[in-house]
Amino acid sequence: MANARLKDGIAAGRLSPAEYRANFADLHPPLDEHEARVAADRCYFCHDAPCVTACPTSIDIPLFIREIATGNPLGSARTIFEQNILGGMCARVCPTEQLCEEACVRQAAEGKPVEIGRLQRYATDHAMAGGVQFFSRAAPTGRSVAVVGAGPAGLACAHRLAMLGHDVTLFEARKKAGGLNEYGIASYKTVDGFAQKEVDYVTAIGGIEIRKGKTLGDGLTVEGLLDEYDAVFLAIGLGGVNALGAKGEKADGAADAVDFIAELRQARDLSKLPIGRRVVVIGGGMTAIDAAVQSKLLGAEEVTICYRRGPEAMKASTFEQELAAAKGVTIRHWLQPVRVLSKKGRVTGIELEYTEEKKGRLVGTGETLKLECDQVFKAIGQTLRSRDLDGAARRLEFERGKIRTDAEGRTSIPRVWAGGDCTSTGDDLTVSAVAQGRDAAMSIHRALMG
Amino acid sequence: MANLAADFVGIKSPNPFWLASAPPTDKAYNVTRAFKAGWGGVVWKTLGEEGPPVVNVNGPRYGAIWGADRRLLGLNNIELITDRDLYVNLREIKQIKKDWPDRAVVVSLMVPCEEQAWKAILPLVEETGADGVELNFGCPHGMSERGMGSAVGQVPEYVEMVVRWCKAHTRMPVITKLTPNITDIRKPARAAKAGGTDAVSLINTINSITAIDLDTFSPEPSIDGKGTHGGYCGPAVKPIALSMVSEIARDAECAGLPISAIGGITTWRDAAEFMALGAGNVQVCTAAMTYGFKIVQEMISGLENWMDAKGHRTLADFTGRAVANVTDWQYLNLNYVTKARIDQDKCISCGRCHIACEDTSHQAITLTVNGKRRFEVIEEECVGCNLCVNVCPVEGCIEMVPLAAGAVDRRTGLKVSGKFADWTTHPNNPMARTAAE
Repeated sequence: MANARLKDGIAAGRLSPAEYRANFADLHPPLDEHEARVAADRCYFCHDAPCVTACPTSIDIPLFIREIATGNPLGSARTIFEQNILGGMCARVCPTEQLCEEACVRQAAEGKPVEIGRLQRYATDHAMAGGVQFFSRAAPTGRSVAVVGAGPAGLACAHRLAMLGHDVTLFEARKKAGGLNEYGIASYKTVDGFAQKEVDYVTAIGGIEIRKGKTLGDGLTVEGLLDEYDAVFLAIGLGGVNALGAKGEKADGAADAVDFIAELRQARDLSKLPIGRRVVVIGGGMTAIDAAVQSKLLGAEEVTICYRRGPEAMKASTFEQELAAAKGVTIRHWLQPVRVLSKKGRVTGIELEYTEEKKGRLVGTGETLKLECDQVFKAIGQTLRSRDLDGAARRLEFERGKIRTDAEGRTSIPRVWAGGDCTSTGDDLTVSAVAQGRDAAMSIHRALMG
Repeated sequence: MANLAADFVGIKSPNPFWLASAPPTDKAYNVTRAFKAGWGGVVWKTLGEEGPPVVNVNGPRYGAIWGADRRLLGLNNIELITDRDLYVNLREIKQIKKDWPDRAVVVSLMVPCEEQAWKAILPLVEETGADGVELNFGCPHGMSERGMGSAVGQVPEYVEMVVRWCKAHTRMPVITKLTPNITDIRKPARAAKAGGTDAVSLINTINSITAIDLDTFSPEPSIDGKGTHGGYCGPAVKPIALSMVSEIARDAECAGLPISAIGGITTWRDAAEFMALGAGNVQVCTAAMTYGFKIVQEMISGLENWMDAKGHRTLADFTGRAVANVTDWQYLNLNYVTKARIDQDKCISCGRCHIACEDTSHQAITLTVNGKRRFEVIEEECVGCNLCVNVCPVEGCIEMVPLAAGAVDRRTGLKVSGKFADWTTHPNNPMARTAAE
């Protein structure tokens, strides 16, 4: 297999089956009961705890940790799910080091926070493994709501609406529900088909009908939905990917990082998934890190992230940057792409220009650098495509290219709410999308029952 | 360099750290290991009278409670006195004393409350060359049902009687070990003194049930679904032991009565505290049972370093130094006014001081200042109770600061008097003596 590893160009099967298994195993293995007790014992049960304030879904973290510490994991799971029905996924993918764990007073005290994320996973795993459902539907209200997009925001909204007694139809463009949880997150963060298990767990409450392969602009319109349903919640995410604006980016071997990540998540056999011997990823966010790390884990020999600003400006957390470095990814800063180099239509490298900041503006220095590579992944942000909104785009108000909503998630169209990444209040975090979906559901409920 | 050598009622040991009569001192094997580790002495696990060996339960003998990170805070046991043959024990004691002449070897005894029983066993112990005997009037479980152990310790007249027999039948020093399962610890101590005891040791273990199994509804430790109270020991009992030691140390009738302190001693600091309350040495059990014999090395070096730092050359230099400071509530200075002060640099913003004060005390700590999370003491409300200090997870973050004479206590609006004034002269006290003014 040694030769397979060093094969030039883009090739599959670079690693042994055992290496694929090891590389794509759980990044943070679950805590066992003893580990959970020890970790939970560190919590100080703070008053008006900073970790709760830092959590977009405001989970009562001290309470759920105390419930773990006292041998009551089901009580703990309920405390979590009351605020965040996708608490299982958030436990896996939240950048806790920038949220609850950064705020943890033991971070201030000792530089070592309580392991809130892993404890949350311990409790939620416990309940989900046992199939324990904490919520049931209220008496039917006779009202119905269309939720467009079965990602974190859509699922959270649908669950809360169903719980309140409304009938929900959840429209999903792709083959599977879950949104970015299913298609957009590094696979070592959510192993063993967890995203689908979670969809099943959330929808088990009943009253949620999922219609797959249904998308706005392709048979669905907001107007049509408003005719049929009492309210509409838009959670369509960001369908577009920013172009590099560099020459030659159409060459064979240059691809969108989000597509690569989705393909990897859906791959049944990772050894059939081709990867370049040398890979360059352009971008500085979580998607760039996920694509780069997974390229390395698939057996790429050299993986380089090129980002146009310094490390502190990267949207990927310090933890993520360190993870990439630990996996052997090189992160280079102050470089922007100029041209994707190719030969016979295939990527052979990338030319980049050094950048610097002058009076707060990023400018090229004129000096360039060439990196040889077989594959270039673009991860410089995603955009809302107006075609994903069909005709409604004309009536919706936008802010910074995304749907404008008020604090409750109401759009400029009556009876239409929105949440998650497609809105201007979205911040690319699963946990924020969940909070917006949940809060929009409460707003819809008030409007329908008021 | 501090000298840790101890002389307790004529029994010499290179340091004041003895192992208490308990499982760690049941056999020559354990005691040899203890002496190799550096223990200054042992009180051999209690011997009973000649005859068929004592029978122990064959199920669990210990129960426990734990703090964070499963740190053992309290241990209880239902083990009886030694279940080994009397003569095996005596042979081993003799050999140990021969092998370790510089260490203290005291033998704990518990035989029926009859003069003949004590008269019979004392010469056997004396023959081993042991340094003294300790009368076990303390164990609260098992043997007490047969009229021994705490059943004796709870009746001062019995204590005095048995001590008198022992003093009559042996030349060895007699240490009387007291049970804390009694209302006033001074009564059996005075009785022991009246009987002629050379010293008292305390506390023995406290009646306790550590837990109830919520599946079987059996007490812990559970013997086939049933349980009985055991004797409680370990760090959790230290405050009780300190108080009882102080009661005897400051009792006029017990004046001059040597005390060997027992009860939750886990570190050199604990030992120094007991000795400051008048103990001539200390006995340790649970800490050794939790961590092994090596802890004595920490105890020795910790005590030495503290003594060096404080300029105490011998144990006598600090023994008893705290006794005079233990008093009755009525003699506490009511003109001593303190206020909590929170060190904002050390504060980690957990909010525990606030919620403790807000929910359960005096509403004297802020949650926010100018809209920002910040914990500050509201002196107008602070009664100086110290609860915030006790619940704060950061050592030294909150301090109780005394107000200087002449300063205004913002809670009462009154100036702090520099003069001492206690309840005995307080105007609200109907029994008050006329104030000196």
